[in-house]
Amino acid sequence: MSPEKKPDNLINAEGLRVDGRRIDELRPIEMKVGVLKQADGSASIRQGKTYIIAAVYGPRELHPRHLTLNDRAYLRVVYRMTTFSVPDRKRPAPSRREKEISMVIANALSPVIFLEEFPKAVIDVFVTVIQADGGTRCAAINAASLALADAGIPMKSLVPSVAVGKAEGQLIVDLGDEEDKYGQGDIPMAILPHTEEIVLLQQDGSFTREEIIEALQMGINSCKYLHEVQKDALKAAYVGATSDEDEENDDEDDDYLDDL
Amino acid sequence: MGDWSSEIISHIDREHIISLLNKGERSDGRALDEFRPIEIEVGVVPAKAEGSALVRLGDTSVVAGVKVLVGDPFPDSPDEGFVMVTAEMSPMASPLFDIGPPREDAIELARVVDRGVRESETVDIKKLCIEHGKYVYSVFADVYPLEYDGNLIDASSIAVNAALATTRFPEMKVEDDTLVETGNILSIPLTNTAVEVTIAKIGTYLVVDPILKEEMVQDTRLTIAVDENENMTAMQKGGGTGPLTLDEIDQSMGIAIKRSHDIISAIKDAAKTIK
Repeated sequence: MSPEKKPDNLINAEGLRVDGRRIDELRPIEMKVGVLKQADGSASIRQGKTYIIAAVYGPRELHPRHLTLNDRAYLRVVYRMTTFSVPDRKRPAPSRREKEISMVIANALSPVIFLEEFPKAVIDVFVTVIQADGGTRCAAINAASLALADAGIPMKSLVPSVAVGKAEGQLIVDLGDEEDKYGQGDIPMAILPHTEEIVLLQQDGSFTREEIIEALQMGINSCKYLHEVQKDALKAAYVGATSDEDEENDDEDDDYLDDL
Repeated sequence: MGDWSSEIISHIDREHIISLLNKGERSDGRALDEFRPIEIEVGVVPAKAEGSALVRLGDTSVVAGVKVLVGDPFPDSPDEGFVMVTAEMSPMASPLFDIGPPREDAIELARVVDRGVRESETVDIKKLCIEHGKYVYSVFADVYPLEYDGNLIDASSIAVNAALATTRFPEMKVEDDTLVETGNILSIPLTNTAVEVTIAKIGTYLVVDPILKEEMVQDTRLTIAVDENENMTAMQKGGGTGPLTLDEIDQSMGIAIKRSHDIISAIKDAAKTIK
């Protein structure tokens, strides 16, 4: 029952967006690692009004057994929205949208995880959207890759993710809810930061070929920034906690973090 | 929360818990009738939910959100809105929770918390009527556990009460057969508050607010909803098949009444922060 109105203009005469951002500006972002005690790994992300928590359990025994993969671990992602995360109450049962998003998140994260190290096991990633305000699948990937790292899952890299899109004919990054609903298109994407290869790509709306390339380039730049934010969040959870007790190891920690 | 007596707990833990109880102690240093620290954060979903609260009870945490919608009244109560509480045992909260449709224990959690709110007539549902027989407000309070270290029922009950107490929604009226906002902001018409207090029976001992390891060795548990007037408004015996004597039930009510005062005032204090 939170009523929503369509804004007159998504970008005003000064080139600013509905929340005052420039076209290439991300929303304020806060990532935290290790937010849940029961999970093997966890992380939260606040990106504008979007608020998401991710938890990782595993590698552990897989139930039901018929899903077992003999040569690698099964990466199971469950993306769920709370009923109160959206303006109208979401029905509690999992929707088709939630199932599809779970799948594309798993596809984006799989390339960086050494799944072959854990044949027959499952690595569970549970994503709960507490408040949705656009870009939830991308924020979920940002948080989930931190939660995997927090769980000590061997990984090649973290996976940063952002949505790019178009409003009033201009390309924009990190779409908010209104830009997603009333804009001209949306491209959620995620990259491998060391190679800039793209591991999540979806699109709706209408773009020219040149616009797609330019939008993806803007997205890559934003993802590289997000990757730095992710690394800082990991450092905040681990380096700060160890440096007091064990100062000699500080250099090693730093080297390790540079490799992330 | 559920019946975890089938879950594996080491003999060492089991014996440790019982030998401590023989000395009148618990593994986390609490007295038998003492709650873990209660932390209540309200307004955690400010942009989308009409009311919300995140509650921490030691290492158990839950988030509850309230949505207020306009719907049709039930044919047998044309001048009453309704309140409904649901809960889901999200696998995020514990390695013991499975993916999939809610099992008996998740349904029990939701129904016990729902009864605590409904049976105490916490909400004056007649005031949730917009137009007799046509439009009423329907209030949904949904609970999602984030971390499970025992006693989800009490944590959920606190979260639902705090979320309801901080719910603000636009008043609607009927004008020329269509619903329009009046511009006023309403609160849920709360006439009472009832909170649930859960007591586990382990051997011959009664312990309040059990942690997970205590739930695993409990013979049974008793949840009691106590309102502001010290009336019992709901009870549920569950979490195991062990019997309770009349005296144990009487003692449990004594503990529940004593603890309910602190919990109700913690909820009221937290609710004051939202205008």
